[in-house]
Amino acid sequence: MTVTGWFGGRSRSERLATLAALPLLLVLGWTVVYPNIAVIAGSFGHWREFAESPSDVEALKNSIIIAVASVAASLALGVPLAFLLTRFDFPGRTLLRAAALLPAALPPLVGVISFLFLYGDTGVITRVTQIVLGLKDVPWHLNGIGAIIFIHAYTMYVYVYLFVSAGLERYESSLDEAAIGLGAGTFRRLTRVTLPLLTPAIAGSALLVFMSALGSFSAPYVFGGGVRVLSTQILNSKLNDAIGLAYVETTVLAISAVAGLMLFRWLEGKRAYVAAGKGGARRRPVHSRLARIGLACAAGLIVLILVLPHLMIVLVSFAKDGAWTTQVLPPEYTTHNYAGLFTTNQLWTPIRNSIVMSVLATAANVVFCVAGAYLIVTRKFSGRRLLEILVALPWAIPGTAVALGLLATFNTNDIAVGKILLVGTFWILPLAYFVRDIPLVSQAVEGSLRQMDPSLEPAARGLGASWWMAVRRVVLPAARPGIVAGALLACVTAVGEFVASIVLYTHGNRPISIEILAQLRSYAFGTASAYSALLIGLVLIMALTARIAESRMQ
Amino acid sequence: MSNAGGGLIVDAIARSFNGQQAVDRVSFEVRPGELVALVGASGSGKTTTLRIVAGYEQPDSGRVLFDGEDFTRLGPAKRGFGMVFQHYALFPHMSVIDNVAFGLEARGVGRSERRQRAGSALDRVGLGGKGERMVQQLSGGEQQRVALARAAVIEPRLLLLDEPLSNLDPTLRASTRDELRTTLKESKAPALFVTHDQDDAFAIADRIVLLSLGRVLQTGSPEDLYDRPASRQVAMFIGHATLIPARRNGDAAVVTIDGTTHSIDLTSSSLVANGGMGAIVLRPEAVEIVRDDAGGDANNGWRATVVNRRFAGAGFVYRLRLDHEVVIDVASRDRIDAGQTVGVRITRPVPMVP
Repeated sequence: MTVTGWFGGRSRSERLATLAALPLLLVLGWTVVYPNIAVIAGSFGHWREFAESPSDVEALKNSIIIAVASVAASLALGVPLAFLLTRFDFPGRTLLRAAALLPAALPPLVGVISFLFLYGDTGVITRVTQIVLGLKDVPWHLNGIGAIIFIHAYTMYVYVYLFVSAGLERYESSLDEAAIGLGAGTFRRLTRVTLPLLTPAIAGSALLVFMSALGSFSAPYVFGGGVRVLSTQILNSKLNDAIGLAYVETTVLAISAVAGLMLFRWLEGKRAYVAAGKGGARRRPVHSRLARIGLACAAGLIVLILVLPHLMIVLVSFAKDGAWTTQVLPPEYTTHNYAGLFTTNQLWTPIRNSIVMSVLATAANVVFCVAGAYLIVTRKFSGRRLLEILVALPWAIPGTAVALGLLATFNTNDIAVGKILLVGTFWILPLAYFVRDIPLVSQAVEGSLRQMDPSLEPAARGLGASWWMAVRRVVLPAARPGIVAGALLACVTAVGEFVASIVLYTHGNRPISIEILAQLRSYAFGTASAYSALLIGLVLIMALTARIAESRMQ
Repeated sequence: MSNAGGGLIVDAIARSFNGQQAVDRVSFEVRPGELVALVGASGSGKTTTLRIVAGYEQPDSGRVLFDGEDFTRLGPAKRGFGMVFQHYALFPHMSVIDNVAFGLEARGVGRSERRQRAGSALDRVGLGGKGERMVQQLSGGEQQRVALARAAVIEPRLLLLDEPLSNLDPTLRASTRDELRTTLKESKAPALFVTHDQDDAFAIADRIVLLSLGRVLQTGSPEDLYDRPASRQVAMFIGHATLIPARRNGDAAVVTIDGTTHSIDLTSSSLVANGGMGAIVLRPEAVEIVRDDAGGDANNGWRATVVNRRFAGAGFVYRLRLDHEVVIDVASRDRIDAGQTVGVRITRPVPMVP
C-alpha cells in the first residue's frame, strides 16, 4: 500500500486527521491492546492447569451465576421503582427519588464494608434482628453467593433505575393511551406495548449490571467466604506466584465479559426501533387513602434501607477503635479517627497518594479524550472507527484484567518488545486509573460534541478564525459540559479505585482503598470508616459540583 | 338538549389545569353518522375536549352522554370509541397488521379472524399489500391511514381524531382531506375530529364547533359559520375578513367610509337590532374593483388607493386603503400599479355581526 493509500488520501484535512489520530492510536495500542495480547501470550502453556483445577472451573461457574443473578435482582428492584417514581405521585416520592441514587455514591469497597457493619455476623441489623426474635444464634451469615448478589443488587439496581426512568420520561404517553383505548388491560399493555418499547433501556442497563457484576471484586473478596470467583482467583494466583495461571484466568474473565457484551448487543440489535417521543405522561396521583399510607410507609422503609449504609459509615467513623465488640451500636465516640487521618503521616500518605494519582490520571484523561472525541465526532478519516472502538474497549475489560494486562506489559525494561518497567513504581497506578477511565471521559466528551451543530467549526473558520481559535472559542465551549462531567466522574472513580490498585500497588503509592482494607484487617473499624466517609464526601462534593456546573452552563 | 335518540352529547363540560380554565362549559352534540369538527387556535381547549370525550381526561363538571347513557366516569376502553392520535401513536415494535389487529387481540378475537379483519381494514385505506411492513417504513400519509384503520377495525361507536392531518405536508394534505371524508362517511360511524385548520374543517365536517379560550363561539354547518357568523371573533377566525362599522337599517346596513354613505344588503339580519350598531363582514369575494371611476358614488362605490399587489395565480390580490382606518383585500384579474386610485363596489349581500 502506498503512503497516500495509508493515510486515506482523499483530502488534506483527512490526512491531517489521520496524522493527528496516530499518537492516540499508538497510546491505545500500547496501553490497551498490547496488554491484552501480552496476557493471552502469557497464558499459553497454562490452560491445562486451569482446566484441571476444580477451583478455577468453579470460579468461572460462580462468576457467571453471580453476574446473571445480579442482573435479575437489579431488574427486579430497578424496573418497578422506576415505574413507581415516574408514573405515580404519593407522599414521600421526592425523598425516595433522591435516595434512589445514593448507592451510586458508595465506592465499591466502601459499600461492602458498610454492609459488613450492618448485616455481617456482628452487624447492627443482624444483632437487632437476633435480639428482637430472641434467637440463640445470628439469624443469617453474610457470606457466600447470596451475600454477593445481595450487595450487587443494592449497588447496581441504580443503573437499571436510571436507564428505565430516562426511558419512561421520554416515553410517548399516547402509545399507552392508544393501547388502553383499544381495550388492552394493564397486563397486556405492559407486556405488549410498554415493556417491549423499554427494551433498549432495560437491555442497556442489564448489560452494565452484567459487566460490573462479572468483574466485581470487592464483594467476593471481602465476604465471599469460601466462594471463588474469577476476579479473586486472579489475585490469588498472582500472590502465589502462579502468574501464568493468573493470565489464563484473566483471559477467561475478559472473554466472558466480551461474550456477554456481544450477546446483549445482538439482543438489542434485534429490536432496532426508536420509541422516544415527546414524553408527556403526567404522574398519576394515588387517591386511595390506604394505598397512599401503604406507599408512604414503603417509601420510608426503602429510603431507610438506602441511607443506612451511609449513616453506618459515618457513625462508625466516630467510633473509638477497639471499643465496639458485642454491643449493638459502638459504645464510645471520638473525633480522633478523622484527626488521625490528617496528622499521622502513615495515615495521611494514602490520602495524598490517591489525590495526586487521580488528579494526574484525570488530567491525562481530559487531554487524551478531548483530542480523541474531537477527531471522532468532527472528522472523517481512515482509522476513525478503530479509534472509536479502542477508546471504548477498556470498558469491556474487568478491572482485574486491566491490571493484569498492565502487569504483563510494564514489568520489565525491554524497549525492543515494547515493554518498560513501571510495575513497582509510583506511575503504574496513575496509568491504570488512566486506562480504566478512558471510556468514561471519552463518552462524556463525545456526547457533548455530538450535540454541537457540526457546521459551527467550519463557520468559525469561514469567518477567518485560525484552527486553534475555532477550537478554543467554539469547540471547547461546546464540549465543556462533557469535559466537566467526565473529569469529575473520572476523578471520583480514581480516588476510590480498588480493583486494579490491589493488584498493582506498592507500599509507596498505596491508595485510600488499600489502606481501608489494611485498617479493616487490623480491626481499626473507626479509621477505615473515616477514610470511607471521606471518600463518600468527595463523591458527593464532585456530584454537586457537576450539577452546579451543568446548571450554570444552561 | 334535543335529539336524545342517539349519538354523542357533551353537556357543559369544564376542566381546569393548575387554575387555568382549559375547557369552560362546552356543549355540543354529534348525531349518528355525522362528522363534526372541533376547530380553534392552540389553547382553545379543543384537544382537552376531545380527550374528555375519549375518556383520557375527567371533566371537573358536566357530562358526556352517548346513546342516552352517561359515559362521564367510564374508562376509555369501556366506551368503545376509536381514536386516531395526533402523532398516530402507532406501536413502533409491531408490524402494520399487528398494529391494526391489536384492538381485536385485546377483545379476544382469534388469530386468523383478526388477521383477516385487520387485512380488510387495511384494504379499505388502500394499504392492502403493506401489512407485514414495520411502521417506520411507511410514509407519514400511510401511517395516518394505518392509525385510521386501527381505530376503525374495532367498529367503534364513535371515531375520534386529534389533528389527523397536521403531520402531513401541504400537497398531501389537500388530497388526504377528501380521502378522509370518504373513508369516514363509508365507515358509517359518527366522527369527532380536532383541527386548527379551517380548510380541513370545511372540507371534512358536516358541522363545526368553533372554540376559543375554552368556550364555544358558534356551532353550525361550514356555510353557517362563513355566511352567518355570530360574532366578530367568528368572522375573523373563519375566512379572510375585514370588519367595517355599520348601523342596521332593516335588511341592509348603513356604512359610511370617508364621508360617503351607502346601504349594503345583508345575508342575515337577526343578530343586530334594527337601528343598532355593529360591523359588516367584508370578504374579498364580495368586493369588486371598478376602473376609470365608472362605479362612482351612486353605485354603492367608494374610492380607494392601491397599497400593494400580490400575484396569486388566478389573478392578483390587491390591498386597498379606503380611508385611514379601512383596509381591504380584493381579487382582480386586472393589473393595477400601487398608488393608483380605483373605485370599489360591494357586489353581494354580506353578514353583519354585533
